[in-house]
Amino acid sequence: MGLERGLDHGLRQGRERAAIVLEDGATFRGWTFAGTGEVAGEVVFTTSMVGYQETITDPSYKGQILLFTYPLIGNYGIIPGDEESMGIQAAAVLVREYTPHHSNWAADKSLAALLEEHGVIGVEGLDTRALTRHLRDRGAMRGVISTLDSDTLSLKQKATAHPSMVGLDLASTSSQLTEPTLLPAYGEETCRVAALDYGVKSSIYRELRSRGASVLAMPGSTSAEDILAENPDGLFLSNGPGDPAALESAVETLRSVLGEVPTFGICLGHQLLGLALGCETYKMPFGHHGANHPVRNLESGKIEITSQNHGFAVREEDLPNGIRMTHRNLYDGTVEGLHSDEKRAWSVQYHPESSPGPRDSGYLFDEFVEAISEKATV
Amino acid sequence: MPRRNDISTILIIGSGPIVIGQAAEFDYSGTQACRALREEGYRVVLVNSNPATIMTDPEVADATYIEPLTVETVTEIIRRERPEAVLPTLGGQTALNLAIELHESGTLDEYDVELLGASVESINKAEDRQLFSDAMNRIGMKTPESRTVKHPDEAEELADRIGFPLIIRPSFTLGGKGGAVADDHAGLRTSVIEGLDASPVGSVLVEKSVAGWKEFELEVMRDLDDNVVVICSIENIDPMGVHTGDSITVAPAQTLSDRQYQTLRSASLRIIREIGVQTGGSNIQFAVDPGSDDFYVIEMNPRVSRSSALASKATGFPIAKIAAKLAIGYALDEISNDITQATPASFEPALDYIVTKIPRFAFEKFPAATPRLTTRMHSVGEVMAIGRTFTESLLKALSSLELDMADVLPILDEPNPYRIFAVFDALRAGMDIPEIHDRTKIDPFFLASMARIVAAEDSLSADFDHEELNEAKKMGLSDEAIGQATGRSTEVIRGVRQALGIRPTFKSVDTCAGEFPAQTPYYYSTYETEDEVERGDNRSVVVLGSGPNRIGQGIEFDYACVHASYALTESGYDAVMVNSNPETVSTDYDTSTRLYFEPLSAEHVLEVLHREKAEGVILQFGGQSPLKLASELQASGVNILGTSPDAIDLAEDRSRFGRLLTELGIPHPSFGTAINPEEARETARSLGFPVVVRPSYVLGGRRMEIVYNESDLDLYLRSNADTSPSHPTLIDKFMEDYIEIDVDAVCDGQDVYIGGIMEHVEEAGVHSGDSSCVLPPITIHRALLERIEEYTRRLAIGVGVRGLMNVQFVVRGDTVMVIECNPRASRTVPFVSKATGVPLAKLATRVLMGEKLRDIRPGRAPSGHFSVKAPVFPFDRFADVDPLLGPEMRSTGEAMGVDRSFGGAFARALTAAGQTLPDAGRVYISVSNREKRAVVLIARAFADLGFELAASEGTAEVLKNNGLAVAVVPKIGELDEDVLSLIEEGGVDLILNTPWGRGARTDGYLIRRKALLHGVPCITTLAAAAAAVQGIESRIRGNTGGVNALQSLYASSP
Ligand SMILES: Nc1ncnc2c1ncn2[C@@H]1O[C@H](COP(=O)(O)OP(=O)(O)O)[C@@H](O)[C@H]1O
Ligand SMILES: Nc1ncnc2c1ncn2[C@@H]1O[C@H](COP(=O)(O)OP(=O)(O)O)[C@@H](O)[C@H]1O
Ligand SMILES: [Mg+2]
Ligand SMILES: [Mg+2]
Repeated sequence: MGLERGLDHGLRQGRERAAIVLEDGATFRGWTFAGTGEVAGEVVFTTSMVGYQETITDPSYKGQILLFTYPLIGNYGIIPGDEESMGIQAAAVLVREYTPHHSNWAADKSLAALLEEHGVIGVEGLDTRALTRHLRDRGAMRGVISTLDSDTLSLKQKATAHPSMVGLDLASTSSQLTEPTLLPAYGEETCRVAALDYGVKSSIYRELRSRGASVLAMPGSTSAEDILAENPDGLFLSNGPGDPAALESAVETLRSVLGEVPTFGICLGHQLLGLALGCETYKMPFGHHGANHPVRNLESGKIEITSQNHGFAVREEDLPNGIRMTHRNLYDGTVEGLHSDEKRAWSVQYHPESSPGPRDSGYLFDEFVEAISEKATV
Repeated sequence: MPRRNDISTILIIGSGPIVIGQAAEFDYSGTQACRALREEGYRVVLVNSNPATIMTDPEVADATYIEPLTVETVTEIIRRERPEAVLPTLGGQTALNLAIELHESGTLDEYDVELLGASVESINKAEDRQLFSDAMNRIGMKTPESRTVKHPDEAEELADRIGFPLIIRPSFTLGGKGGAVADDHAGLRTSVIEGLDASPVGSVLVEKSVAGWKEFELEVMRDLDDNVVVICSIENIDPMGVHTGDSITVAPAQTLSDRQYQTLRSASLRIIREIGVQTGGSNIQFAVDPGSDDFYVIEMNPRVSRSSALASKATGFPIAKIAAKLAIGYALDEISNDITQATPASFEPALDYIVTKIPRFAFEKFPAATPRLTTRMHSVGEVMAIGRTFTESLLKALSSLELDMADVLPILDEPNPYRIFAVFDALRAGMDIPEIHDRTKIDPFFLASMARIVAAEDSLSADFDHEELNEAKKMGLSDEAIGQATGRSTEVIRGVRQALGIRPTFKSVDTCAGEFPAQTPYYYSTYETEDEVERGDNRSVVVLGSGPNRIGQGIEFDYACVHASYALTESGYDAVMVNSNPETVSTDYDTSTRLYFEPLSAEHVLEVLHREKAEGVILQFGGQSPLKLASELQASGVNILGTSPDAIDLAEDRSRFGRLLTELGIPHPSFGTAINPEEARETARSLGFPVVVRPSYVLGGRRMEIVYNESDLDLYLRSNADTSPSHPTLIDKFMEDYIEIDVDAVCDGQDVYIGGIMEHVEEAGVHSGDSSCVLPPITIHRALLERIEEYTRRLAIGVGVRGLMNVQFVVRGDTVMVIECNPRASRTVPFVSKATGVPLAKLATRVLMGEKLRDIRPGRAPSGHFSVKAPVFPFDRFADVDPLLGPEMRSTGEAMGVDRSFGGAFARALTAAGQTLPDAGRVYISVSNREKRAVVLIARAFADLGFELAASEGTAEVLKNNGLAVAVVPKIGELDEDVLSLIEEGGVDLILNTPWGRGARTDGYLIRRKALLHGVPCITTLAAAAAAVQGIESRIRGNTGGVNALQSLYASSP
């Protein structure tokens, strides 16, 4: 017990050993710094070096076990107003070392405290880089974290028993919305946006509202009729978790509203727009999760450093006629943006609202709000 | 945009001699730039006066000019080489300022040479503090309230308005040169005057102090398509008020939330666009309020910097190389990321480790200066360490420092070189974090992390188990620290640890936190489960670098290590580099087959050797640091290539060495050792004064003095009281008025190759590192030279040298004596290699790997020209220090001058070292009585050259009696027209002042300080004065060749 007072690694009171086992049997061991018990989910890594608070509260991570490649997490605590949704979306958090002594004037509690409040497990002390390389080489996998069971075999079975991401509808259940809610513009209103919430990040609404758009937030399941009944100037399709292909009814809805109202989508919203326009989506090996991916805007030629978080993507091969690819990821060439002139609909796969990440892409909100404000003034 | 084809020849300007604030990092960036541009097929012309650099190796550029960095010479080079463009953003402030001068002198227009990287406008906008803060305010960025002043009175007005303390920041300077903090009106005046002198444009910014705020730096890159990326963020542990170069810094930023960080990032993008740096890297500094989201922009450096070198090593993103490619038209996305090879350079590196940089200081060499850290940079080098946690990276960095704890005196309350140790002490003493934060303003995040280290140490039980030990290693505690904490020896801990199979894993630096496979073998150690080293089955040899630059062990040794590495790969081995210095070429990931960025401690070196299963290790190129490890490594069964530890000891142990010399029949100054003051007096008496005294086993002439009589000896003994049986004092007969000679040689066990014989300009008594020297010798006749070579051979064989050795002789009449022998690469290896065209370190490496000199047959040196090495000193940065030469080394770097006459070469070298000799004007002479006779000849020579003579009373009298016209200048304080005011008014163009009398604040001291302050060349030995005469003469009589490219010098050799 010699190190108890000294080292924050697991041996301290209240900390329990935790086992992390992937569906392929790969096993890692650490200690909890928050929560206890057992949880399963797809394990994904994010390379973003700051923004753990925004990330764990981002609904797109719903049900996923979140691995931070940056090794020190918790440094600046939890800052009121920096969350992306109520509560914690990630199923669990894996870090190399948790910082119990956060330091930032704006912080009001520690990361561990927040996780504890929501009963989310946080584990530290494992070789997170080894796990990252494992996922990079073999692809994203389901895994189980447990403080109750340390037996690799049984945990491996639990991991495989967990539903795979492919075909999984997480979006319908992630909207924290039951009926439409109006969020007024900050300052003078220049246009009205109907937003379909599949698990939206609150910073997206902030971006729209700060540009004079009032936002009518609607559940992702809202019907075409109900959307059009509101006669919005523009329609926004939010980000969200899970496999877009599993959301047939949402795609159906879009098919019938597209063309009626200018539409802009982000992340899952982009994938759904793609499906509605007749594109295909597919599951990527380990997805894009980070804040440093270069994306070229094919229209302007400019490069943006983008915030990314998605495990599925729109297939570039045989895009339907009239559908233009507007942005390309310079790491792996994947589709980052789509545009349909005919339907006056466009979208990006990445996150122009950043949070976390560079703010190179705010112009997309300007363009959207401008486009629909013009219409509004007609 | 693709590569530009309208350009074929590009001139790159280097940064000149190593000075505080501008060091090896510019060799690293310059070398990368040269390589990158040649890869692209351009013809590269390089000018840099610093011979101790890889960039000035003849292979690195197409035409290499080791010439002074002045408008005059560079114009001459441009006239001859006709480059279409010049790249000034990789040679530090020196190159940037020279580019501006070349523009203002009209040279650039005349030969229509284009400035690449940064336009004159943007350089001015960034470097002129006023233009900069105007620009910032234009884009709505805050800078501290300030005012640009060209006269002290203007500063007073600001002081009256906003009060003290105030920060003084000269324009167009770096390393905080001429910068200061003023706490009252008196301080303000002097500081502003100093600042105005320091600024090449005579303008300083006086500014409200935000000392204590958090300081951050961002490294930004921009291409011609206006794409901008941030390569790295750096957080200073020492807050505002301590120069970033003197601060302990961490990458990436640790205590900013995403919102706070992105605010700085977005600001950086707007700043680089507003300033208009077209392409390349820039460094932007911010001050951030610890209690709110307020922040100020402090400055932007529109060029690669010390910090960008650090950022490159910290991230694996080669900023200088990319900057060079951007400068010739490529866009970021058109350049591939070497490390992944799959992805473009248009991205922002993601780290999955923490990097800590700690500066290395040299205050112990300047006892007169107070070791206090301010806005003016004082550090002479730095170490960097990589760890997976902050504690691990901090502790590794501390081990890398190689500090002699005897020099360490920690103070908590004011910023000083050893405050970090004071913080540890305070924590051990139980002081709480809020109080320490109060007194240091260091962010609690760092303090609390340090508290965990302290807690870990004292909670380690003597009967620790496997898991505790593993956790302790994970935290970063060294075997030594664990030993101290548990009352065991380091060896025992290491034994137990290895027996328990607790060994480090090596992880790679890959720019992308593991998202893509890394192709580049750049590793660091940590205690985790997965090891990533991809070691083929080729035989590997480990080269130990020289650690942090320090006075006495600088870039010269890195140069030798890099050559060793090149030679190894050329002979088909895997070259493995271990070093902890982020400034250097040796820690560039493409210098060696594999790079381990690790402390040069036995523990870390042994683990690398273990992981590498290396054939052996090479110690002799990294200076004293690796040599210190020799016996410990051998004891652990490591195969040491080259001179054996016992042979090393034979050369370093005075009494063993003395006996050897007698056996070999080689004369040496008589000497003795004393274990107490009484014995010391005895020995001195029997040797006869003057004598040289020093503690045993010292380096760089540490605490070495020449004493002329018994009272001085007592004084010395009292100030160095630790004389004892374990620390004997060495006493040598001081060989007065002897010429000193340096020899570098290579020995393979049978044959000895004499690399070069250097004759010092200053007489023995001035440390070899601090005296100018010339190759070949100019006053030693053939017979003596042959004897010197013969002694060198005998010594090499006698000591048992394998590889490089350096011998120092003193010579007078026809006596030749040996004063010391260093069985390793010396400071002069690069100088000799450049002067002769024979790469000594490569030669030595091949010998170490078993080749024979007689098979290699190194070429012969070209004749027909003289090469002079001149040192540069950091005196201007250390207030109150007397700029005098002595047996203790204090220079930070050197410049080289080459010409067909000694005088010409000496003049060039001095110019390059910033001591430009005047062609006409007034010489002020004031020498000690011992030298009054000898000075007559010199004075006459100056008169013959048309100089006006002025002198102090005594000296003037002697000169008059010898029929020389000389003006008498009143003693200091006598009249208001004294010599000091004369210097101030610029009434003196050259000063010859040799020291007399002891103690501080003599007139001589005041004169030398004043000269230093006003940049008047000041010569302090007659020998150097005589050489200066030759220098001026050869210039006036035009007895000098033009500029010379090394390549043509070597070609012209027989
Ligand atoms: N207004 C200020 N208040 C307190 N410290 C300052 C202020 N301005 C600069 N400094 C300190 O002085 C150091 C050197 O200033 P800087 O402008 O960066 O000089 P240099 O160009 O030589 O690097 C900075 O690193 C910072 O710590
Ligand atoms: N016996 C001596 N007589 C005259 N000068 C000496 C003598 N011993 C040393 N020196 C001077 O002191 C300098 C430093 O001595 P050295 O032994 O080289 O110390 P280090 O090993 O630190 O370089 C030499 O370069 C030389 O100029
Ligand atoms: Mg600067
Ligand atoms: Mg600076």
